[in-house]
Amino acid sequence: MTTATATGATYQRVVRSLGTGAPVYALLAVLLVLLAVTDIGFYEPDRFLAFVKRAAPLVILAAGQYLVIVCGEFDLSVGAIVTAGVVAAAEVYGSFPGAPWLLITAGLLLAGALAGLLNGLITTWLRVPSFITTLGMMLILEGAVFYWTGGSPHGQLPQDFRQLGRGTALGWLPWAVVACLAAGALAVLLMRSDFGRTLVATGDSERTAALSGVRVHRARVIAFVLSGVAAALAAVLVGGFSGVSAQAGRGYEFEAITAVVLGGVVLGGGRGSVVAAMAGAFSLQALFTLLNLRGVSGALESTVQGVIVIAAVGIGAADWSRLRRRRTHSSGGTPT
Amino acid sequence: MNPRTVRRRMLAPAAVLLSGALLAACSSDTPLDAPAAASGSTDTDGDKPSEFFERSEYKRQMALARETPRGPAGKPWEQMLEPQMTSTAQYEKKGSGGVHLCFSNAGVFNPWRQVGLKTMKAEVKLHENISDFTVLDAQGKDDKQISDIQELAGNKDCDALIVSPNTTATLTPAVKEACGKLPVIVFDRGVETDCAVTFVNPIGGYGYGAVAADFLVDEVEPKGKILALRISPGVDVLETRWSAAKLAFDRSRLDVADVKFTDGDPAKTKSIVADAISRHGSIDGVWMDSGATAVAAVEAFEDAGVDVPPITGEDQQDFLEAWKEKKLTAIAPTYPTFQWRTPVIAALRVLDGKPVPKEWKLPQPTVTQANLDEYLRDDMPPLHYAMCGCRKLPGYPEDWGGKK
Repeated sequence: MTTATATGATYQRVVRSLGTGAPVYALLAVLLVLLAVTDIGFYEPDRFLAFVKRAAPLVILAAGQYLVIVCGEFDLSVGAIVTAGVVAAAEVYGSFPGAPWLLITAGLLLAGALAGLLNGLITTWLRVPSFITTLGMMLILEGAVFYWTGGSPHGQLPQDFRQLGRGTALGWLPWAVVACLAAGALAVLLMRSDFGRTLVATGDSERTAALSGVRVHRARVIAFVLSGVAAALAAVLVGGFSGVSAQAGRGYEFEAITAVVLGGVVLGGGRGSVVAAMAGAFSLQALFTLLNLRGVSGALESTVQGVIVIAAVGIGAADWSRLRRRRTHSSGGTPT
Repeated sequence: MNPRTVRRRMLAPAAVLLSGALLAACSSDTPLDAPAAASGSTDTDGDKPSEFFERSEYKRQMALARETPRGPAGKPWEQMLEPQMTSTAQYEKKGSGGVHLCFSNAGVFNPWRQVGLKTMKAEVKLHENISDFTVLDAQGKDDKQISDIQELAGNKDCDALIVSPNTTATLTPAVKEACGKLPVIVFDRGVETDCAVTFVNPIGGYGYGAVAADFLVDEVEPKGKILALRISPGVDVLETRWSAAKLAFDRSRLDVADVKFTDGDPAKTKSIVADAISRHGSIDGVWMDSGATAVAAVEAFEDAGVDVPPITGEDQQDFLEAWKEKKLTAIAPTYPTFQWRTPVIAALRVLDGKPVPKEWKLPQPTVTQANLDEYLRDDMPPLHYAMCGCRKLPGYPEDWGGKK
């Protein structure tokens, strides 16, 4: 009897520490095992790093999207920011072929922050729902890119700019992996800081947070700004990885939200961890790779993707509610 | 929090995912020059014989590719292959005043169409007798194009109507209706009626796919592994490209290792090629149904640290540049953008009462190692199409995004 309670407690502790992300870690593990079975060479260092390199932009986008979602908003404009970033960099290089890459990258990050700032201010001050604000931002950016370039951007992205998305450090470590790790570490630190806690509190209950002295508007604006910066960083990686394209960021907003949801982060805010959101992005990328290696192609790919997303989120919700009930019973009816 | 709140909270993700999916669907591009609605039938393997394959049309295109076109050399947009002329005396425009041409465009949703439209507008400027040129852009939507066509055909000012249909079947009734009111010229994609005075298009998809496949059959050693990259399934002009190539590969001693869909996305293309290289040990040739992502494929080989095998692309500037710079073994069949000039020329002929071919088949040149320098121009934007036939048009190269 006592052992049963003990294992029960351990189980609960483990599950609680994994939080709502438990299903995504399980999903990721399953996908990684399936990848190993499908393709023996997948875990050779080079290939695995190449996989992480491919996942990097999505992971960074998911981290940014997490910040916005956990405080109760959405950011649908990230895909358009990626496209605009790649095209803007190409256009600037078209006019100034010798521009230093650091300057261009910094400029892009700043522009991303600005787009995020606008999203945040419009959402908080004008009280436009973020769904609409960022949808508008997406349309504005897409239209602007189209108008500016007539659909065919100028200039190539030079090698030194593309180094971050394409090149390797020390001859074996892709820069994109470094950027991904750095962004991930920053996101974790941020969520452990006071600001992170206020962000979650804002998403959980805006009114409670406001009454306890949180400046909810400021917290949300900062979340949008960081999401914009993350999208701009993803643009640098995507542009580096695959070069100029007028559709570079197509569908990324959807993938980022999917990744966050897969990570068990509750839409509407207030619950879920940033690590799980990033694991969600890895899971998506692993899924894409697996489908590709298994030869599932074309139309069926999105169907499989959709089924897995719904299943993962559904399982997450079911487990979680059962856990809640059990805890209520064990505490003998005392209100939690 | 009780379970009911939990469940209510889970409604929101569902709603957002759904709207996200819709958004993604709306914002995505229709690939290349292709009728989007033809996608009802999707063979999921990508390498099954396509139901789009028509042996007689395949043979016809193969024969056309060997023909010498009629018309002025060096002006392929005025040339015609095996023309069967039809009289247009009934459409001759009487009376004075300039010609008012009207154009219902499927949209400008990809670089190929953008280059084309610029070329068409420049062609219009060449003719002083065209007093007005009205363009309605259907933005890739069938319903908008149907009302566009009705509006233009009902407009007494339009002397002739040029149509580049968004999809084949859906636009057919609208084109039929317009035919009763004024001379109609269809180009680029077809409709299921021959009521138009003329239908302008190049040789076609079989010709395109075969040129690329034959090149690989010549260049790659027997038993070499071929990676075939396609944009997406179920689009007729792309299906014909692949079915011709598949026929050529089946007859050869090459081994088609993989057939993959890239969605025209360079990042996805790069991942697919990288995976294929590591899974098969090597890839000895790459066949593509359109060249927009060819540079990404080339880079995947570079990043994997192996030589780029013989590869096929298209006449897009970035690929031609990479070809020359990296000394690739390559070929670029084309779906020439100069075909956008021809409908304007055809319309003027019709309004003059001069005969035009019932189906105006244009040549479909190929960029090879021998003529690469002829088509490659410095200072054009990466997504420019070299086969625009636009070099001597007013406004070149600035209007096409190039530098003088």
